[in-house]
Amino acid sequence: MSSAFREPSLIADAIRIARKDLLIEFRTRSGFLSATVFALLSLAIFRFSWDPTAVKSVDLAPGVLWVIFTFAGLLGLNRSFNLEQVDRAMDALLASPVSREAVFAGKALGNLVFVVAVQLLALPTLALFFGLPLGPEWWGVLAVAVLAAVGFVAVGTLFAAVASNTRMAELLLPMLALPFFVPVLIPAAQATSSLLAGRPIHEVLPELKILGAFDIVFVAACTLAFPFTLEE
Amino acid sequence: MLVAESVTRKYGARAVVHDVSLRLNAGDCLALFGPNGAGKTTLLRMLGGLLKPTRGRVTLQGRQLPGEAATRRLLGVISHKSMLYDALTVRENVRFAAECQGMRSAAAATDAILEQLLIRDRADTVVRALSRGLQQRVSVARALVHGPRLVLLDEPYTGLDESGARALTEALRSLKASGATVVLITHNLSEGLALATESAIMCNGQFVHQQSRPAADYNVTEYASRYRELVAGGE
Repeated sequence: MSSAFREPSLIADAIRIARKDLLIEFRTRSGFLSATVFALLSLAIFRFSWDPTAVKSVDLAPGVLWVIFTFAGLLGLNRSFNLEQVDRAMDALLASPVSREAVFAGKALGNLVFVVAVQLLALPTLALFFGLPLGPEWWGVLAVAVLAAVGFVAVGTLFAAVASNTRMAELLLPMLALPFFVPVLIPAAQATSSLLAGRPIHEVLPELKILGAFDIVFVAACTLAFPFTLEE
Repeated sequence: MLVAESVTRKYGARAVVHDVSLRLNAGDCLALFGPNGAGKTTLLRMLGGLLKPTRGRVTLQGRQLPGEAATRRLLGVISHKSMLYDALTVRENVRFAAECQGMRSAAAATDAILEQLLIRDRADTVVRALSRGLQQRVSVARALVHGPRLVLLDEPYTGLDESGARALTEALRSLKASGATVVLITHNLSEGLALATESAIMCNGQFVHQQSRPAADYNVTEYASRYRELVAGGE
């Protein structure tokens, strides 16, 4: 019997779960559409409420960007465990040989792709709306965004799992997760601000190191904590 | 093979399941009856390792649940919730389950179980487009695709039409014949007793009646009057 089965692999199982989540998102487009509409509408609102004679675009844009990334990302995080709870598909996953850590990694990977996709759409729109010149500094901004997304998604996925077991998941997730986003958002916003002001990438290395350190800590801590969120 | 020793589950001070013990061997089928709120689903979730007992322990082939991957691979769980992803097709759902079980030939096993449960012609239909009964058949296929040795079923006949119910009964019979252990929760005494080698009536978190005999020896009418007597006394 055992030869008909493979040994479970954290990476293979995580990729399978992420692929399944992304396929569902691709079919329904519910999360991506709402996050994209939210990001574009928010950018438009910020654009029309902005007085270019009072504040320079490079001073305003980093704050706008990270507010939008945070709340658009939350929309996707909320969705990731809802689809497991509707018909208790999570029970089937937990009763299978897939490890709890692989479930977390798969969910986080799916959420990471989601958040990065929203970022890829929001960054050029921000440049367009705020008249920011498109230069090589945007590669640095993209790197900061992806680095910050790793920590953001790790914490967000953990708290999305906690919130999904409650009746007020959509209210509870931001309340639980936002305070833990702060260590990621502050260096990310500072690095973005410096890069858009034309500073060279080596000047933001301290912020990048902080982001990297928080990514490692959050990914490790959230992976270890995740199995406890599944206990009733 | 499946052993529960003095299993208790409390929520706050309230014991939903209180001091339940059972022992089932390969090929046994326990039909578990009881009114709503008796604790049947909670007991089933503990037997499947989905819920930790507050006291007592559950072992499958001597290993505590949920345990290691190899132990969980022995399990198949079916409940009145479909445990399916409604945006995926029938084939994608069952194949995903087979791959999660680590099956090397997931695609072939998926086709085989869909054929057995008479739903292969719907394999490429998205689950949300199916009737409740067909979704339940898919759910059964998802749970049985890897040939589990312990099958836990919580009201699996809900929503099934006659041919679906017959296909499920046949699938469970062949599982039993192959040495799998089955625990079946149902409100339908005749469906449950048709497969049962063991039966139990649960009320207020406890077994109030346990019986062991071949399925053919159960008299449904007698059992029904005994059930009414015990449940009315327990409520």
